[in-house]
Amino acid sequence: MADTFTLHLKVWRQAGPDQDGKLVDYTVDNVNEHMSFLEMLDVLNEQIVAEGREEPIEFDYDCREGICGSCDLVINGRAHGPKAMTCTCQLHMRNYSDGDTIVIEPFRAKGFPVIKDLVVDRSAFDRIIEAGGYVSVRTGAAPDANSIPIEKSVADTAFDYATCIGCGACVAACPNSSASLFTGAKLAHLNRLPQGEPERKRRTVAMVEQMEKEGFGDCSNYAECEAVCPKGISISAIAEMRRNYMKAAFAGEEL
Amino acid sequence: MNLDSKVPSGPLEDKWSKHLKDIKLVAPNNKRKHDVIVVGTGLAGGSAAASLAELGYNVKSFCIQDSARRAHSIAAQGGINAAKNYPNDGDTIWRLFYDTIKGGDYRSRESNTYRLAQISNEIIDQAVAQGVPFAREYGGLLANRSFGGAQVSRTFYARGQTGQQLLLGAYQAMMRQVHDGKIEMYTRHEMLDLVMVGGKARGIVTRDLVSGEIQRWMADAVVLATGGYGNVFYLSTNAKNSNVTAAWRCHKRGAGFANPCYVQIHPTCIPVSGDYQSKLTLMSESLRNDGRVWVPKKKGDDRPPNDIPEEERYYYLEEKYPAFGNLVPRDVASRNAKIVCDKGMGVGPTGRAVYLDFRDAIKRDGRKTISEKYGNLFEMYENITGDNPYEVPMRIFPAVHYTMGGLWVDYNLMSNVPGLFVAGEANFSDHGANRLGASALMQGLSDGYFIIPYTVGNYLADAELDEIDTTHQAFDEAAANAQQHIDKLLGVQGDKSVIDFHRELGQIMWDKVGISRNEEGLKQAISEIQELREEFWQNVRVPGEAANYNKYLEFAGRVADFLELGELMARDALHRDESAGCHLREEHQSEEGEAIRNDEEYSYVAAWEFQGVNGQLQEELHKENLEFEFVELKQRSYK
Repeated sequence: MADTFTLHLKVWRQAGPDQDGKLVDYTVDNVNEHMSFLEMLDVLNEQIVAEGREEPIEFDYDCREGICGSCDLVINGRAHGPKAMTCTCQLHMRNYSDGDTIVIEPFRAKGFPVIKDLVVDRSAFDRIIEAGGYVSVRTGAAPDANSIPIEKSVADTAFDYATCIGCGACVAACPNSSASLFTGAKLAHLNRLPQGEPERKRRTVAMVEQMEKEGFGDCSNYAECEAVCPKGISISAIAEMRRNYMKAAFAGEEL
Repeated sequence: MNLDSKVPSGPLEDKWSKHLKDIKLVAPNNKRKHDVIVVGTGLAGGSAAASLAELGYNVKSFCIQDSARRAHSIAAQGGINAAKNYPNDGDTIWRLFYDTIKGGDYRSRESNTYRLAQISNEIIDQAVAQGVPFAREYGGLLANRSFGGAQVSRTFYARGQTGQQLLLGAYQAMMRQVHDGKIEMYTRHEMLDLVMVGGKARGIVTRDLVSGEIQRWMADAVVLATGGYGNVFYLSTNAKNSNVTAAWRCHKRGAGFANPCYVQIHPTCIPVSGDYQSKLTLMSESLRNDGRVWVPKKKGDDRPPNDIPEEERYYYLEEKYPAFGNLVPRDVASRNAKIVCDKGMGVGPTGRAVYLDFRDAIKRDGRKTISEKYGNLFEMYENITGDNPYEVPMRIFPAVHYTMGGLWVDYNLMSNVPGLFVAGEANFSDHGANRLGASALMQGLSDGYFIIPYTVGNYLADAELDEIDTTHQAFDEAAANAQQHIDKLLGVQGDKSVIDFHRELGQIMWDKVGISRNEEGLKQAISEIQELREEFWQNVRVPGEAANYNKYLEFAGRVADFLELGELMARDALHRDESAGCHLREEHQSEEGEAIRNDEEYSYVAAWEFQGVNGQLQEELHKENLEFEFVELKQRSYK
């Protein structure tokens, strides 16, 4: 069996949205290299529940296989931890060693208010999609699927942008708390497809403006978002979004 | 309990079109007078909510996640079937229907399964129009691949993230309706009870998972699309929050629970590594297109797999099933993995794993081609196990994945409770005793986009609904009931964690109600679950408060329901004294371990009616006979 080891954690505890939070120290023994990061936190929570002195640590998770986008921890200052292209739930403890200290914080941004401990409210992302992140086609109104041929490279690139899981790491990593990579990725997915073309301008302007309304900052090309994105989405999406936005918003065309 | 399936008469091919012709309509100006609640935002719930709202109904949509986009449909990897016959390999609607009903070992309704195959093509059209980026060929047209249980290539896919892309399509369609004010969206809300007035479903009670508030919601119809109950096994490929609570509470209000013992164990998952394990990760079935499944011929052979020469490898699926090879249906693949491991030929530290080897495929097609097809799955595997599947074979083992059973529904997808519709994995309808790969996405979207929107209208057109509001005593009673249940859970203040109870339940289920079952084991399981349930209510420790964000409290409520459902599953498995699909009774198998059905006695849907819990679960069995007018029942053969 694999060796077990001990870790020291500093975990952000915050009782509610309007309360002050602080980092609290914990020690976890018997960490196994095959555990996922969240399983390590499960073990800590079981320890906290057994001791009964305080409430367990709240954190979001669901699929635990890197696709639902629920998990959202800043680990030693980096959204989703040290491994590139990896969600918190896919991070395994073999990346750590005996005696390490790990600081665990929520995704921090004005647009992501804390609910409790490490749980934040990311509903701003839903409202950005609501503003225009779709193709307006009613159920039943579709032509035969093969009546719209799409160049393979275009379809593949659209897919690459469509793989965004909406976790918000891009916002957490950005010094400006910008949601440009999230918004740009959806625009880059839909705007390049023939199905998305008719609404391209309207969609771009609506989503960009909603992003600003939600309190997310501007993009200053730090590219921190791309570095932490668990799906490796390229910041080319942001350049494309700006180009489309400029053309649509300032060309004086009717939207 | 009335189990009238309401299947239209006439030839199989014409039933759905005839039904659509006969279905009652609600005029546009009246649609806006009707409120419809949709619980769950996966493929079925999301597509139903969007389509109902497009028609003009006022939809309230609820999910337990922090966004509708996170429902567990998102994790489906491999693909979605449709009878488009784009590859020109002889596929037809009949063939898709036949494969599905045969794959389900003749334990589903012909009419529902045929309709599913008919609708399959419309789903692909709809998804493409929404901008779902399916894989394409260089000519710009859609690509297909093969999946288990079929001899044609009919599976559409978006790399290994087909569920994600289809779900985002449905989610985006929903968000468009939220924007238009036709859907009110409630995230982080959990349904805790169904409200019945005058014998009809008229609303739900929820808990706001952030504030803990118990809330009441009224409607003219309720659509339940809350997924399956695989997490009764604790370890499964389901998301951690997937649960049976909404469906189980409907069952306790009178909805029949059908075929609870039909559980699909997926053959290709990453094996368990230790006690701390919180979930199991599936590796898409599509991998069996190119990966070869084998174990060493010699028992306990602990040489590294690449050092084991060809003649000492047992490619057991290819040898036993030459016609389908590695692409046999899931139940057959899972059972055979168990058989070879039980014989001592399993690999890895626990001996409970088999190899899935890409060496030959990489040699044949090159690393680049394999990477294009499965790149993200290989990365996922390496992330979890630390092994690189381009260099060494994957180690895989079966894990609980999907539940074919669920709430009983008629042809309109309405349960026996008027006004309560059930869609997607939460119902029992289309897959019989075993679901074929790439059929879950098809069913969820078929139910949500193309069936529910019509059949809900058919119900509302002449439903006589009482004028009520949420102060009606039925709402008082349901809300008080939900609150009491929570208070009771918090009040026990015992010594044992919710997770320990769940893990123990899971172990009983896996050992005795898992890949294979027998009379003695099932009887033991029933009494062990009863004991565990009693201990739970005396000794569970639920930390925290009711009026706050409290994940442990959420889980405690779900585990309490699983502790009842588990007993029903064992009893259903015990009563079904035959083997069928995923339900293998050891008393009824061939020498080679194939399932032997008993069509004379068990060709029916078992729908259980809840009576009470009094130490033991009290349930009454009702039967809907399955009549096969159009297909001939045969012993399944994939040889």
